[in-house]
Amino acid sequence: MLTAKELEDKGRQALAWVDERFPLSVLYKTHVSEYYAPKNFNFWYLFGSMALLVLVIQIVTGIFLVMHYKPDASLNAAGVPVAFASVEYIMREVPGGRFIRYMHSTGASMFFIVVYLHMFRGLLYGSYRKPRELVWLFGMAIFLCLMGEAFFGYLLPWGQMSGWGAQVIVNLFAAIPVIGPDLSVFIRGDFVVSDATLNRFFAFHVIAIPLVLLGLVTAHLIALHEVGSNNPDGVEIKERKDEQGIPLDGIPFHPYHVVKDVLGAVVLLIVFSIIVFFMPEGGGYFLEYNNFMPYDQLKTPPHIAPVWYFTPYYSMLRATTSSFLPFLWLLVALIVGLTWRGCSCVWIRRACLLVVAGAYWGFFGLTLFGFTKPPFDLAIAGIHLGLGLDAKFWGVVMMGGSVMLFALLPWLDRSPVRSIRYKGVLYKAILAVFVICFLILGYYGTQPPSPVGNVVSQICTILYLAYFGLMPWYSKLDKCKPVPERLTWK
Amino acid sequence: MSMKKILAAFGLGLILAMPVQASGPAAVLDRAPVSLDAASLQAGAKLFVNYCLGCHGASALRYNHLTQIGLTEQQIKDNLMFTADKVGGQMLTAMRMEDAKRWFGAAPPDLSLIARAKASASGSGADWLYTYLRQFYRDDSRPTGWNNVLFPGVGMPHALWELQGEQQARFVTRDDGQGNQVQHFEGLEIVRPGKLTKEEYDAEVANLVSFMVWMAEPGQESRRAIGWVVLAVLGVLALLSWLLKRAYWKDVH
Repeated sequence: MLTAKELEDKGRQALAWVDERFPLSVLYKTHVSEYYAPKNFNFWYLFGSMALLVLVIQIVTGIFLVMHYKPDASLNAAGVPVAFASVEYIMREVPGGRFIRYMHSTGASMFFIVVYLHMFRGLLYGSYRKPRELVWLFGMAIFLCLMGEAFFGYLLPWGQMSGWGAQVIVNLFAAIPVIGPDLSVFIRGDFVVSDATLNRFFAFHVIAIPLVLLGLVTAHLIALHEVGSNNPDGVEIKERKDEQGIPLDGIPFHPYHVVKDVLGAVVLLIVFSIIVFFMPEGGGYFLEYNNFMPYDQLKTPPHIAPVWYFTPYYSMLRATTSSFLPFLWLLVALIVGLTWRGCSCVWIRRACLLVVAGAYWGFFGLTLFGFTKPPFDLAIAGIHLGLGLDAKFWGVVMMGGSVMLFALLPWLDRSPVRSIRYKGVLYKAILAVFVICFLILGYYGTQPPSPVGNVVSQICTILYLAYFGLMPWYSKLDKCKPVPERLTWK
Repeated sequence: MSMKKILAAFGLGLILAMPVQASGPAAVLDRAPVSLDAASLQAGAKLFVNYCLGCHGASALRYNHLTQIGLTEQQIKDNLMFTADKVGGQMLTAMRMEDAKRWFGAAPPDLSLIARAKASASGSGADWLYTYLRQFYRDDSRPTGWNNVLFPGVGMPHALWELQGEQQARFVTRDDGQGNQVQHFEGLEIVRPGKLTKEEYDAEVANLVSFMVWMAEPGQESRRAIGWVVLAVLGVLALLSWLLKRAYWKDVH
């Protein structure tokens, strides 16, 4: 029997053995026990670790789902698609399967809730500002992967919304001039969403995207730990260190932030459990009612709505009608004009000219063609490429572009301060308008199209774009308060 | 600006910017008196097997799943099992798909999940089914001789007619204010009584709908029961982790 002391020595020897071959202790110190994070983290700083927790939940539940799920669109003896029936098999006959499935479906929505709040934290405290540009860009790439993961995964239950939602989104690619129609067939592997589509989406959902996602999460954390965390004051804690080189306002991640994040994790799990056990359908937002109907290629549902987390961008797509385009160009003209006046860099000026040329063909070409929709024919599409692109194409550009705009924030924000605590009333008001617009767009995206909804969505789309497009100017105009030298703490 | 003020401003902005949606002619659904007690579920199962399973399957269900609503395997074998040889067999319909397509124009859908699929902003799936099954009326212009107020032009005939009897729908032709003549539904009346009175029929439909709610997710009651236990455990864990956090953070100044 070993004494406690001998056991401790054995442990130390084992660790030394590993450390000579792999930097275990170094990694642990760099990323956990001697990673100094600001001590004034508030509520908003819990969402990063929560996102990691949800990622783990999704991967673990996903592994168990794959053991029983069958990506097969053929009909079984009862006339029900095998994929759809296998989900119900998991729900009814696999022990604990219903909880695994509900955790996975709830996890998808929770992931977006947590990530949207995590991103909003970035907007509040300027977490994207120098030197954290790459942290932010890796984060953006994670967000894109997440959207892909959600999109591919939503096809798998093979319900009506799965099939028709995928059909609508893949059809968007058909709006790309010349190659569009062929591209959409290439993505589906068929002319309609079918077994071929289901199998490839399954492959993307369970292996391709998760691999990329894990790599990006690692890069996001390495980049973060290299530059250090921002904080609600936007003060750089590394600028004030003690004799040992430890930031005066920093505390080690372990145990301080770990115990805090554990508390956050438990609160998250409580919310999670309330959904899983008491309202797994989330009022038709987390599991859409129509998706309990097997996908039927011949029966188009009257109202196809994407799941709630895509609806702000879906709204922007729908808002981009041909009569809306002139307003869009007006905003672009304003931004280009301001850029041209305020910037003498030759490359930026060339980019401005390029945008003007694009807008010219986009707008005037459309007028020439009386806002017609180009038939999906190679020759005519060729003419349209030169003379004007239809609104659907710009809608797709808008949908993709408005997501990507977040990536530009590090270079758009020219405010002398990072945190909203020291920004003036101008930025606070603009951020409030931006968030309200985002929520309204999300709401209208869940609704069937309506004239009122369309106009409100168009106004919100313009304001959404203006938040980013005009940031270089309003962030300079804003009257900021002086930033303290040290963190404010209690 | 404090956080509370910001949140209040957000809320106000949202309310101002969201005008009440002028929704279309939303279906008016009657509230289904769903009860998941064994008596209603067993009565509902009997109706389902006798009146629905002839045309519709419930393939996600096996006959022996009905032990969960308090029946023994022997009772199931003796009274309910018409379309399978083994008590572990799926509840499939006896009708062939090709026949169904020829007779009704479309194969009757599998009903395993219908109570979840029919939920909408107008009401729960149970409300929809409860309303639908009570609103069939005689319409000689339809191939089956039946029509439905909630689902106009429905392909399904009134399967429960011998219980409810035959109803006649009263429609009034009205001007909608824009010069169009529209049929306005005024009400239903029984023109030939069935085996049950109106109250008895409504109660039987409620049993049937309750069974369909149960069948759409047989584990729903135990799910909620387990949920309370999980929440209790997490509640204790939350308290402990809060105390732990407070203890550690005492020395952060």
